[in-house]
Amino acid sequence: MKTFTYTEKKDTRSGFGAGLAELGRTNPNVVALCADLVGSLKMDKFIEENPERFFQVGIAEANMMGIAAGLTIGGKIPFTGTFANFSTGRVYDQIRQSIAYSGKNVKICASHAGLTLGEDGATHQILEDIGLMKMLPGMVVINPCDYNQTKAATLAIAEHNGPVYLRFGRPSVPIFTPADQKFEIGKAIKMTEGTDVTIVATGHLVWEALEASKALFEEGISAEVINIHTIKPLDEEAILKSVAKTGCVVTAEEHNYLGGLGESVSRVLTLNNPAPQEFVATNDTFGESGTPAQLMEKYGLNSAAIIKKSKAVIARK
Amino acid sequence: MPSTQHLKDLTTQVRRDILRMVHKVNSGHPGGSLGCAEFFVALYNEIMDRNEGFDMDGIGEDLFFLSNGHISPIYYSVLARSGYFPVDELNTFRLINSRLQGHPTTHEGLPGIRIASGSLGQGMSVAIGAAQAKKLNNDSHLIYSLHGDGELQEGQNWEAIMYASAKKVDNLIATVDLNGKQIDGATDDVLAMGDVKAKFEAFDWVVVEIKEGNDIDAILKGMAEAKSKTGQGKPVCVLLETMMGNGVDFMMHTHAWHGKAPNDEQLASALEQNPETLGDY
Repeated sequence: MKTFTYTEKKDTRSGFGAGLAELGRTNPNVVALCADLVGSLKMDKFIEENPERFFQVGIAEANMMGIAAGLTIGGKIPFTGTFANFSTGRVYDQIRQSIAYSGKNVKICASHAGLTLGEDGATHQILEDIGLMKMLPGMVVINPCDYNQTKAATLAIAEHNGPVYLRFGRPSVPIFTPADQKFEIGKAIKMTEGTDVTIVATGHLVWEALEASKALFEEGISAEVINIHTIKPLDEEAILKSVAKTGCVVTAEEHNYLGGLGESVSRVLTLNNPAPQEFVATNDTFGESGTPAQLMEKYGLNSAAIIKKSKAVIARK
Repeated sequence: MPSTQHLKDLTTQVRRDILRMVHKVNSGHPGGSLGCAEFFVALYNEIMDRNEGFDMDGIGEDLFFLSNGHISPIYYSVLARSGYFPVDELNTFRLINSRLQGHPTTHEGLPGIRIASGSLGQGMSVAIGAAQAKKLNNDSHLIYSLHGDGELQEGQNWEAIMYASAKKVDNLIATVDLNGKQIDGATDDVLAMGDVKAKFEAFDWVVVEIKEGNDIDAILKGMAEAKSKTGQGKPVCVLLETMMGNGVDFMMHTHAWHGKAPNDEQLASALEQNPETLGDY
């Protein structure tokens, strides 16, 4: 089977920062806004090179979303930067009316998503953002898996005309996708070929899924791992094709099972090819303080959880 | 000052449009629409420098944003009578499959509208963003916006007001419709905001007061003064004192007509007070 290795770990937010800096050099219409989290979002390079195209709004996220919507009128492509919690729930109505319903070309870039921002605890660990954002008509939702893919996604969304939610995180995670990859919005990437179970994973859980597939292989179980970086629009064809072969699926995400990737996959299967599914996701709960690894373990979001759910779903076939 | 009779005639006509639109569908917001009729007529016919046709980016022209989107009847009437879309389309206000939604939206592609509004308190931020885009584009034209006084109770406004002065957004003229009323009653009773002028000044805005906000000549004079204060490092606020329901005797001096349509008899009486000037749609 195809195996993946890594030589370096890096935070996905740095991939965003690198992508934004590159856009600063290549696309004069790209502007950036931040609500007092420049360092956390790794926006420093863009700001240093393009001070006139950066808007520091202070701790005022609602205003930031409105200003971003206004900046599109005049042809700018605004990238807003703050934590995922403050990029979604805090400003939902501003995004809904001024950005989504108004069809504005705003890129909502959200760091520190999920449990793995760690010690700050549940006030900052949003596990509902994918659901909130995928429900907005016309909103594209992207959750890349590593540094390289986050950088590629940042570049790609500038070329897409319409609102986008780009979700990434704080912890260092393995870099296992190519540096020169071309990011195609809505196009799933098949990481490994398999016949017994399909594992549809998003974000840094793609790495956990690959680790799981390696362990499963040693036990004689052949897992097909699909990297779903785009949750909306969902690559239904890739999922259906794989499940037609394997007959069952595990979805894996750092998000509540309610409203997440797993439910989107369930709908596709129910409409086209009903098949057993297990969910690696948080179970309708808030998070808590801890290290990322401790939290992934406690809330069942690591490769061990994926192995367990894979065996369970195969048994249901 | 040249004669403004043609603007006054147009105002009478748009009052008729407003009344007929809300009457037909028995819904909508005539009170605030009537109160701002003179302002809209003056803005679109005399104050703003507008290009022919409609382009979303609005490069090289002044732009207007309506934050208190519920007064869509006046917005639609003046946009139609300014040539953005056929006046006959006012017939479709709030009907199924119409571009004239209950609250203004870009979603149906109605020319003249650049942002959805209706959920209150968001327009100031959008106007600021558009103003900053103008600066980036080296476009010296201005951004105008309108906000309800009750709407200032929404906290996002104060984020935006703080930002605009801190960032020297001096190509923005934000007008507040001071009619002193909101759905549940007088603003002073619902949630008193105290001295609005002092509040804007405390946030380092330039404030221009138009005490006779239903007088075309007073509006033109006040807005000219506001325009003269732009480009000096500070955002400009116009406090426009209006009468909700202006021009229809039974709709004035009350908040009752904020979001209520007249019945057949009331419409007849209201139209009688505003005889046709430029032709009904």
